[in-house]
Amino acid sequence: MNIIEVKNLVKSFGEFKAVKGINFNVKKGEVFGFLGPNGAGKTTTINMLTGLAAPTSGEITIAGYDGIKHIKKVQRIIGIVPDESNLYDDMSGFDNLVFCASLYGIKKGIREKRAKELLKQFSLDNAGKRTFKAYSKGMKRKLTIAAGIIHNPEILFLDEPTTGIDVESARQIRKMIKNLNDNGTTIFLTTHYIEEAERLCHRIGFIVEGKIIKLSNVHDLLIEARQENIVEFDTDSNGSNLEKLVISNFPGITVKSVTDHSIRISSRNRIEIMPFMKLFDNNGIKINEAKVIRPSLEEVFIKITGIEIDKLHKEKEGKKK
Amino acid sequence: MNKILAFWSILAKDMKNYYLKPPNISWGIIFPVSWTLMFFIRSNSDVDIRGILPGVMALSVLFGTTSMLAVTITFERRSRSFERLLLAPISLNLLMLAKTTGAIIIGIINAFIPVLFASLIIDLPGINWLLTFAGVVLIAVTSAFLGLFIAVSASEVFEAQTFSNFFRFPMMFLCGLFIPIESLPVFIRPLSYALPLTYGADMLKHSFNASGSISPLVSLLVLTGYSIALFTISTNNIKRKWIY
Repeated sequence: MNIIEVKNLVKSFGEFKAVKGINFNVKKGEVFGFLGPNGAGKTTTINMLTGLAAPTSGEITIAGYDGIKHIKKVQRIIGIVPDESNLYDDMSGFDNLVFCASLYGIKKGIREKRAKELLKQFSLDNAGKRTFKAYSKGMKRKLTIAAGIIHNPEILFLDEPTTGIDVESARQIRKMIKNLNDNGTTIFLTTHYIEEAERLCHRIGFIVEGKIIKLSNVHDLLIEARQENIVEFDTDSNGSNLEKLVISNFPGITVKSVTDHSIRISSRNRIEIMPFMKLFDNNGIKINEAKVIRPSLEEVFIKITGIEIDKLHKEKEGKKK
Repeated sequence: MNKILAFWSILAKDMKNYYLKPPNISWGIIFPVSWTLMFFIRSNSDVDIRGILPGVMALSVLFGTTSMLAVTITFERRSRSFERLLLAPISLNLLMLAKTTGAIIIGIINAFIPVLFASLIIDLPGINWLLTFAGVVLIAVTSAFLGLFIAVSASEVFEAQTFSNFFRFPMMFLCGLFIPIESLPVFIRPLSYALPLTYGADMLKHSFNASGSISPLVSLLVLTGYSIALFTISTNNIKRKWIY
């Protein structure tokens, strides 16, 4: 059963079309991942689904409600965790949660009990009285997620929930997302951590330049990715020179520079390493490392978007700063 | 019930987080005292406290309310906590009423601080308190909605401050508080009658000294019209600019 249905959704800002007629469904109880490079239209889509942006055209249905006309009804059953922690700096963690609950009409006794429960669940019970501005980044993120689920939403929208926080907090947040989903909450997740998407999501939609160019379940995506054999060589030579050298000697093989000194060779057929070693040796290129890459969702992402993950991470971190 | 709870929570949060902070409380006291002192110095120690009260009250409301609301909303927009309110299941009108009510209440309190001080120095007989209260409430509502209008137009806190002054200072000098409107050049007078503070100050002049020149009913209608117009324009601008 679909809990979110999106049909021909378009969002234009003047002449610029940020979202170009996308179609997708999210099934009740699943974790749906929305992946794409910066500026692909992920946040604009989330904003349209949650009521922060008005679509130019198209249809949104959420839990049976018209998501455009009856957005206030939709907002009762959805929780939103934006890409930045946006609670009130001068209020304590506890007061922030209680305030957020009151926006949904939850009565005093219940909202205070729920706030205490969530603080405990998110290991913030000792910091409940501290002001939000005194929290670490990881703690802020956790409290923002707690605020997003204070009213027990049916659907939770998470925009980059683990970006810019420490490893341990990120791990805890992933566990919380998993627990929430196990308890029946539908999750709509955007992330640029492919591994996170691979671990958490049931299905993934890839969006590039405002269009969904691939939508499939993670299992099928991985099977597709694993039909390719990949070998990576790290050498003392320039990556683009290596690329030219390999292409000229092994026509029909796919070669791509990964870093300044390494290239990735991929093929649907089995790759013999020795001919490449010989080629490099004959050209005086020293090989530091040769490794077989087990294709993951990352390869699918690179193939679809044409964007290197490292570059994507750097872009995201830069944007956060 | 749910809506009332959300309204009350937003109002209580704003009062606690912004309006009842020591700088705002001290501003509410210092501002009218400074104005009174200014009139005192100007009039060579013979100040007509009752005569200046309508002006001091009107300016206390205008200055307190407009900038406070403009700054708090712009600040919340910058920190993105305002998004949280926009995403709450309450209507935009109710949300903006909740946001402005705090400023209105503080504006009303600010207006009566000079009255409190004055009552310690002079007797205040023969004042139409109902009309005074109506005038103060209408000035506070109009000023708060003007602050809202400014907040929607500004994207930075300093912009909101500058923009507030752009409206406040002309109003201060052209509303008839310092210079009677009849004494202003003929070509400026229409501008005076276009300013909401002119009508609020006139209502207060009526209630304190029976010296107003516009019918209180007309002032009431004009200020109500201004309030509705400013609120409607602001909420439409929010829909257009913030729910983009």
